[in-house]
Amino acid sequence: MAETIENSHSDEKPKPRVRPIVRFGIFLVSHSFLVSIVCFTSGVLALFLLPVLAKNTYISENALMPGSASPMLSNQHVSDGNRLVKDLTNSNLKSSETGIESHKIIAQYMLDVGAEVSFHKFHPQMNQFHPLHFFSSPDSGKIQENYSCSSYGINTVGIIRAPRGDGKEAIVLVTPYNALTSSFGEVLSLGIAYSVFSLLTQVTWLAKDIIWLVADSQFGEYAAVSAWLREYQTPKFSSMSALNAEMCPDINNLFEIEVHSMAGSKFSNSFRRAGTMTAALVLKVRDQSEQFDDTISIYAEASNGQMPNLDLINVVNYLAVHRQGLRVNVEKLWSFLNLGWLKSLGEIFESLANIAKSLNPKFKFGIPATEYVEGTAILASSLYYQALGVPTGPHGAFRDYQVDAITLEISPKFSLDKVWRNDIILRGGRLIEGVIRSVNNLLEKFHQSFFLYLLTSPSKFVSVGVYMIAFALLIAPLPMVAASLYVDSNSSSNCSKGDSSTPSAITDTDEHGITIRSWRWLNSAKLVFIVHLWGAIVSVLPYFICQIPDCSPTTSFMIWVLLSILSLLILNSVLASPFACVKASQEKEWALVKSVTISSVFIGLGLMSVINFATAEIGALLMVPMCLLARPLKLDVRAGTFRSCCRIICNLVLGHIAFPPAAFFLLKGMLDGFGSANVGGFWMWVESLWAWNSATYLFIVKATYLSWMSKADARYQRNIFNIHSKKG
Amino acid sequence: MALLRRPLLLLLIVTHQFLQLWIAFGSVNEEGQKQEEFYEELLLKPLPDRKVLTHFHFQSSAPPTSNGRHHHLFPKAISQLVQKFRVKEMELSFTQGRWNYESWGGFDSIPSSNAKPPGVELWAVFDVPQHLIDPLWKNLTHTLSGLFCASINFLESSTAYSAPEWSFPLASGSLRYGTLPREAVCTENITPWLKLLPCRDKAGISTLLDRPSIYRGFYHSQRLHLTSTGSGSEGMDLGIMLEQTLTVVLQPISQRASLVRDSEKHIQPSWSLSSIFGKQVSGKCVLAETSNVYLLLDRGLVAELKQLHKENEKSIENSLTSENFWTNPSFELSAKPDRIFIEECSLLSKNSSVLYKFEVEKYSEFEPFDLGITWKIPIVWLCQQAPLHASRFLTGSGNERGAIAISLKSTQTTEGFMGAHSNDERCELRVDVFQVVPWYVKVYFHSLQVFVDQQPKAVSDIIEKIHISPSKDKVSPGVMELVLKLPCSMSSTALTIEFDKGFLHIDEYPPDANQGFDIPSAIVSFPNFHASMVFLESDSLNKSPLLSKFQEWSHVMSYTEVLLVPLTTPDFSMPYNVITITCTVFALYFGSLLNALRRRVAEEERFLKDKSAKKTGQLPLLLSKLSAKLRGRRSEPPHSSPVSSSFINSKLVFKVILIAGLAVCWQYYFL
Repeated sequence: MAETIENSHSDEKPKPRVRPIVRFGIFLVSHSFLVSIVCFTSGVLALFLLPVLAKNTYISENALMPGSASPMLSNQHVSDGNRLVKDLTNSNLKSSETGIESHKIIAQYMLDVGAEVSFHKFHPQMNQFHPLHFFSSPDSGKIQENYSCSSYGINTVGIIRAPRGDGKEAIVLVTPYNALTSSFGEVLSLGIAYSVFSLLTQVTWLAKDIIWLVADSQFGEYAAVSAWLREYQTPKFSSMSALNAEMCPDINNLFEIEVHSMAGSKFSNSFRRAGTMTAALVLKVRDQSEQFDDTISIYAEASNGQMPNLDLINVVNYLAVHRQGLRVNVEKLWSFLNLGWLKSLGEIFESLANIAKSLNPKFKFGIPATEYVEGTAILASSLYYQALGVPTGPHGAFRDYQVDAITLEISPKFSLDKVWRNDIILRGGRLIEGVIRSVNNLLEKFHQSFFLYLLTSPSKFVSVGVYMIAFALLIAPLPMVAASLYVDSNSSSNCSKGDSSTPSAITDTDEHGITIRSWRWLNSAKLVFIVHLWGAIVSVLPYFICQIPDCSPTTSFMIWVLLSILSLLILNSVLASPFACVKASQEKEWALVKSVTISSVFIGLGLMSVINFATAEIGALLMVPMCLLARPLKLDVRAGTFRSCCRIICNLVLGHIAFPPAAFFLLKGMLDGFGSANVGGFWMWVESLWAWNSATYLFIVKATYLSWMSKADARYQRNIFNIHSKKG
Repeated sequence: MALLRRPLLLLLIVTHQFLQLWIAFGSVNEEGQKQEEFYEELLLKPLPDRKVLTHFHFQSSAPPTSNGRHHHLFPKAISQLVQKFRVKEMELSFTQGRWNYESWGGFDSIPSSNAKPPGVELWAVFDVPQHLIDPLWKNLTHTLSGLFCASINFLESSTAYSAPEWSFPLASGSLRYGTLPREAVCTENITPWLKLLPCRDKAGISTLLDRPSIYRGFYHSQRLHLTSTGSGSEGMDLGIMLEQTLTVVLQPISQRASLVRDSEKHIQPSWSLSSIFGKQVSGKCVLAETSNVYLLLDRGLVAELKQLHKENEKSIENSLTSENFWTNPSFELSAKPDRIFIEECSLLSKNSSVLYKFEVEKYSEFEPFDLGITWKIPIVWLCQQAPLHASRFLTGSGNERGAIAISLKSTQTTEGFMGAHSNDERCELRVDVFQVVPWYVKVYFHSLQVFVDQQPKAVSDIIEKIHISPSKDKVSPGVMELVLKLPCSMSSTALTIEFDKGFLHIDEYPPDANQGFDIPSAIVSFPNFHASMVFLESDSLNKSPLLSKFQEWSHVMSYTEVLLVPLTTPDFSMPYNVITITCTVFALYFGSLLNALRRRVAEEERFLKDKSAKKTGQLPLLLSKLSAKLRGRRSEPPHSSPVSSSFINSKLVFKVILIAGLAVCWQYYFL
């Protein structure tokens, strides 16, 4: 639409009649300042209205039928689970230097109930940063180098084959367990999983195979799960594992002992598989208990803001609340709960809703202020974790293979002594059993419910259709402002031509001048392109910095900064200056540069919203005001009015806030206090982002150069004209 | 007189004819009873993982006769089917659950010929020229689907069946093979199957087939195999042999509490026919030639028992050869066996299995036959496994491409084979692989890779023979037949082949978003190995079809898992959205295009000028002034629109405001 507006407007011929839609467009463009303010404020307002607009969740897939069958987990199974807990704690007391003993115990227990057992040995794979691998599917990784024998983990995998099933599908249950420093919570989670497992070997309703993965979490929970998944989905058939096994006598020993003691065919040291995975549950138990109730926390965010199907969360929520009487928690930003202005905003919304209700009792859209504050806190954390693109638990590994997965963390009310242990095993086990039974009922894939949503409470969500409105309102000003700037710059240059300030323009014929003018935006596009190129170079740089051995985060950050400044200078000298110096009338040029920048930001945000909405939303919140306010400092300084002073201040503040390191420090300072923030911390944070191949990283770097763009306007002209202007 | 004599003569002739016919009929009857035969047998076998294998074997045969279509015992439906479709050999199986090759064994003739892939499998050999086979196959599938209440007719389409070249030993291009992995199997399939038996399930061994207990099992496979013999000439009927088997793996009910105690952990559950089926056999089916129940102790179990005896310091020979073996210290049988067969020692294993025979004839309604076995001491053994354990899985993720991997791992049987051929330096193990791939899984045959012991090998080194018929989109599935020559010393082999996932046409999708599409089981067979059990039989008079079946030399075969390929599944609310958006875009585009093409700028200008010249006089009205003021404040577009339109607009705005006000009032006061 912006295109048509520009065309219609750039044609200076008086048109007798313009179509209403075009007229509306022209109206919007000519009032772009007002419109952009209105749109932006309404966009922010709509964002804050989202908790009010959230709908209640409902179980969309009928086949799931959660809670329709009464749980079969009895005290018998609970005592089974308790036995495992006891044995594991005893073995830990006896020999704590090696974790193999406890893996053997787990395997023995799995074999006793008639499951197939195998060990999966893995080496933790270092997370490597691949500059171009952001959106590619996970591959099997590089051929492993020789690892030392000491650094390997063992996943114990038990598989129950469904008695009458065809083995095409499987449900995965994961319990992270670190045998070296086994905390009681982990052992208890094993107990819960085992009680469910021993039940599932006896039930007749099983249609899908059950895989119980005891993930060795000594190298992190995610690493173990993703190593197992990699082996499951993309195995390497030609590997050096045979050599490795020979070199490490320890693990060989383990296998032999197992085979001799079992004398059954259920055990094998080869990798065992079941069919396509339908869903995965990660079960954890928190050690300390500070809650008032037995609560269960759901973590759902996977890499790049992908979410599991909402139905999975619904089933867990339904069963936990209505069947097992557990309180369900979703992650929230706790600092939001104490914000006074948020509370007052909630009260305003509440009172508005009350007024509406008094007008017509049918209007029921208000929610209490406390609920609003909590919803906002959950929404903010939901947005934050989705935007960050780093999975919030081991379930993130499954999402990379299109498997719906969530992490459930049970935190018991009381300390875990014997009496309450049974209770927790019973209730947790029944919850897991219910979820597995529901998923087992599923004839299709998870497809019925939402994949794009934000949670505002465990039982309320905002769907994509609603939250996109806020985003659309936020970015709506961009094309208008871009169009109006373009028009302005065109018309103003026209005026200047009339004033005969530029002699070159007079000599040209009218037609020729128009063609030159209509292509002049290419010049500024080139400038924007150079800055983008610089951004791309800066984003690739860390890959090379990583190769430098023995670097502390602080020094590597410094190297990064230095290199990026250097690359900017080189780029500037090579590409930019020779062409740019030709232009004499740079005073007006900034408007064109700004318009091109804004349109590129608009396109970038639009694309990003498709890939990862939350990142785009937060990015839009930061960048849109910055883009709209950006003006060369020089001009404002020259003007010297109060308004321009305000603008300078806003500009500088925004430009610095939106610069990612600054934003990081501010955020960290707000959350943890300023003492903990340092430069190295930012490096670590960025490093973690590469490690997860987060698209957010790309985006942040993009944000970097975009934020520099506003300064670049100023700085660029500074470079060209060699004018010493102030720098904030 | 003449009038009277004529009817008499007629009567005489008629009676004579009738007598002749009757005599002829009687003779046929006598002949038929000699030749049409029916046998019923049941084999029971304890399995290592505390389960029991029950294998029902019914065989009826009709000799080749030239006269009439009448049968006494043989089911008429089957004989008609054979006559009509010129079926030379056919096998149809309905299976639920998976055969567990690791713990239930994969070497004997029971798993080799009775372990079937989940769902329906059908293959048939026709005795007709090549070009007639496909129509006959289509008709056969429809007939069978009517006969067995199953959707076998889906095998009719050419995408569902294939014509293997040499994977089946008896095929010579006239064999068709098809599977339906998704077919559910239940009682509606077994009832017509039972109808083919002369006694149905009313008498004899088949009375044991209590539906709830057989469908409670871990594996359930009902099979129908028929072979026709005799000349194919038009006048003669074919001789047909119909073999019906039902293989069920059941878990005897045992107390869970005993599981917990360590001492009793490995003791096998004791069971009897009445405990696993809930019924007893009260005599044989009177139409059956023989009616026997066998109890088979396989090689591993017998070897283990011998070991125990040795520990108990008893002479092995004595305990094995004597008739008292059935009351030995490790287990006890509730009925006395009529005969004991001991297998001839085979090449591969030194141990031999033992077979107990019980004749049902001796039992009656008042003294029903109920075989039970009670274990006294814990015993653990292993079933003999197939030479290589085959498993198949999908690798890769995403909706675009993936790979099928078949992994073969050596088992203890291979080690025995290696031992037998240890002096042979160039010992090779032959493995045949037969794989049908549906067309929407587009396999790239060039991407076939072979890894032996985790080392990549050249395909030509390992694969001796390969036959590929590539799939055609929506016409025929891809077929891959491989003959592998593997070195005996290898411990694992993997074959991988990559594929792209195809797009289905909209009407080929199931009505709702589905879980995925199936790749049918691959068949892995080992021609070096023969599954046969030859029992030392003193008298050949007591011939039993089951035992002769055991003695047949058949290849060891195993099926791999069915795979589930998730294809790109369109959400079917999506087409609606797409259609809406596309239509909107098209409407906007064509509308504006037509508008631009149709417009004549100069004429319009002139027209407008005329109009504005005319209109100047009519304007001054109070309302319009007011509205013009209002509008002037709000917007001043660069090209001021004609005042008339603003006048109309203001009227419109006024109307809208009026109606809205009325609506609000009404809302507020009357609701």
